[in-house]
Amino acid sequence: MSTNPQAAQQMSKADKALLNQKSGVSPAVALFAGWLVPGAGHLLIRKPIRALLLFVSIVAMFSIGIALEGKVYTPNTGDLLDILGFAGDLGSGVLYILARVFDLGHSSVQIAIADYGTKFIVVAGLLNIVSAVDAHSLASGRKLS
Amino acid sequence: MTVTHFGAVLLFAFFTSIVFGITQRSEPKMMIRFGAFCFALFVFGTIAASWGMWLIKH
Repeated sequence: MSTNPQAAQQMSKADKALLNQKSGVSPAVALFAGWLVPGAGHLLIRKPIRALLLFVSIVAMFSIGIALEGKVYTPNTGDLLDILGFAGDLGSGVLYILARVFDLGHSSVQIAIADYGTKFIVVAGLLNIVSAVDAHSLASGRKLS
Repeated sequence: MTVTHFGAVLLFAFFTSIVFGITQRSEPKMMIRFGAFCFALFVFGTIAASWGMWLIKH
């Protein structure tokens, strides 16, 4: 008796989804951890290599932005673009908090290359949000592997 | 820290492509392929846009 390859593949996908859900981590926890510390969401759902790559990439982008004297946005400046920049920066989670606590970065762009730094910092935050949502999808079984 | 404009492009494209590759694909082989595709698109897209701006200027 021959087995249907498609059925076998579907079974395999269902098993993968079940495996993700059985990691014992709530999708909300994976999302929050992934936002707070880059890659932590993936680490919780037992994807250590992905977690390491995400951590290195996002921390490197944020650090390069700081080293290039990029602007770290603050809330309540009243400027719409500043608010958007703040939302992007906030995506970095603990990195943004550390930058504010230790007064890293600059409050305004003072040299030409610092504009790149500002974008590096904002994009690091946005990428961290993407990775946190990915961890949520893996934990909930919406993404198979 | 100082970096050239092209260096900034390469750094940006490299790290962003890693995150895109991991998050937008499921299988490791496809992650690498998609990451490489994103990297090429970022770098060559920037070069093309730069030449486009140069042509507008001249």
